[in-house]
Amino acid sequence: MSTLVAPKKEAADSIFNDKNLHAKNKVYQTKELNLWYGSNHALKQINLDIYENEVTAIIGPSGCGKSTYIKALNRMIEMVPSVKTSGEIQYRGRNIFDKRYGVEELRTKVGMVFQKPNPFPKSIYENVVYGPRIHGIRDKKVLNQIVEKSLKGAALWDEVKDRLQDNAYGLSGGQQQRLCIARCLAIEPDVILMDEPTSALDPISTLKVEELVQILKKEYSIIIVTHNMQQAARISDRTAFFLNGEVVEFAETDKIFSNPTDKRTEDYITGRFG
Amino acid sequence: MNLHQEEKAISVQELIQQKKSKSQNKIKSEKIVPVILLLTAIVSVLTTIGIVVTLFVETTTFFSHVSIKEFFTAQKWYPFSETQGSYGILPLISGTLKVALIAAVVAVPIGLAVAIFLSEYASDRTRRVIKPILEVLAGIPTIVYGFFALTFVTPVLREMIPSLQIFNALSPGIVIGIMITPMIASLSEDAMSSVPKVMKEGAYALGATKLEVAIKIVIPAAVSGIVASIVLAISRAIGETMIVAVAGGSTPNLSFDVTSSIQTMTAYIVQVSQGDAGYGTTIYYSIYAVGFTLFIFTLFMNMLAQFISKRFREEY
Repeated sequence: MSTLVAPKKEAADSIFNDKNLHAKNKVYQTKELNLWYGSNHALKQINLDIYENEVTAIIGPSGCGKSTYIKALNRMIEMVPSVKTSGEIQYRGRNIFDKRYGVEELRTKVGMVFQKPNPFPKSIYENVVYGPRIHGIRDKKVLNQIVEKSLKGAALWDEVKDRLQDNAYGLSGGQQQRLCIARCLAIEPDVILMDEPTSALDPISTLKVEELVQILKKEYSIIIVTHNMQQAARISDRTAFFLNGEVVEFAETDKIFSNPTDKRTEDYITGRFG
Repeated sequence: MNLHQEEKAISVQELIQQKKSKSQNKIKSEKIVPVILLLTAIVSVLTTIGIVVTLFVETTTFFSHVSIKEFFTAQKWYPFSETQGSYGILPLISGTLKVALIAAVVAVPIGLAVAIFLSEYASDRTRRVIKPILEVLAGIPTIVYGFFALTFVTPVLREMIPSLQIFNALSPGIVIGIMITPMIASLSEDAMSSVPKVMKEGAYALGATKLEVAIKIVIPAAVSGIVASIVLAISRAIGETMIVAVAGGSTPNLSFDVTSSIQTMTAYIVQVSQGDAGYGTTIYYSIYAVGFTLFIFTLFMNMLAQFISKRFREEY
């Protein structure tokens, strides 16, 4: 497609990436997904694949459906009473909208980090062990190990190891968000969904979370919704551009930002709207 | 055209100025309204002070007839006996507490269950149907509850417990429990509904079920509001009058027995004020002493509720 007009080197890159693309496993396959809030058609014919151990960024202007899409991936969207869907989202080959698919089972595999840090009003320790506890892990020793591992995984251990029993609300916003990531890691999910995880954070905390995402993708598949295009460019391997409930373009991040196929993508990433 | 231009020439600011100069009344009312509001506030404060002062003055008169020691330690309440009158409030307190305790045993589990159902499980439509019904339950006159206890609950209970007397603590206790259930349900539901949605989402996203979210996230976060609602409801049960006056009997007894006739502090006050105890007699003053004790009880409970809701608040 656009490789025809692109310089040679990039064309070569693109081919290389395409090969890579086939080698990688797909975590999620979205097929003809439509979603309505009441009569508002919020997602239209979405087809999108998410690959293992990659960071997939979803960008687009407000109201384009990017948050709706990410919340559909762990069925959190069903908490909105008037939601209807059609089409499929396959997670590891199983349709998550299948009636036999337990939503708790899905969410045990697919963790989520929210826009605003939302720790529980409990101690740091209790926040991390909440997930393992509800899934039946009671052994104190195991829980202690989980806490250390998860907090280390979220790059928070050194800052809080001496005050695990303090209330989580005493932490700074950035620390709270990393605690939420640790809480998510504690059940060792397969996928981590991040819904604008840095939009409520200061630049330094944002940087820390971004660095963390780079480390986490070695073990997890990450899907991140972001308002910030530079962030998508910095941290993601693949980027999907949403507009008015449709996927306008989905490609390797390098390609989307250097050589977008669609005029609308180009207008958006160059800051002409949005 | 000319006219139009003239109209246009007047700016909005000028129009506002014109209006302002005309409406001096508005400025006056701005000054008068707060004064009226303050006066109404003062009326209610003065009423409260008046009631407390009356209670206190009449109670001191009572204690010039009967010693404080007798009042709080004597184990018999025989105000009507001329020869061996005894004014020990313990039997009345025991009657009151028995009824309040039974009411709490009934109302706390049911009220909390309803609150959890409404805030976590019920759809918007179900909630819209159930909440008004609960409020109707709270609005039924207590005399109706009283006869419900006496003519329906007591006979049913006597089928199960043959030794139950016609007047007893159990039946009014249960019915008061039914009466305060909506209060616990409604106030607890308010507390649970105000737990931020994002916090619940955090738990749901970890694969928690609704029950796990309700018990481990919502209730702990709302515990101050829940406990406060329970304490307020019990304080209401302590102060409840008609139900116990109708179905509880008028036999003050210091015991833990719930099957026999009792008398609560409130029921005693009703009994005396209906009867022909003359002004100035010890019996007449005794209702103030009992009322004062009751006031201390409910005041204590309300303060406890406030203390608890501050102390156990999970900050978020």
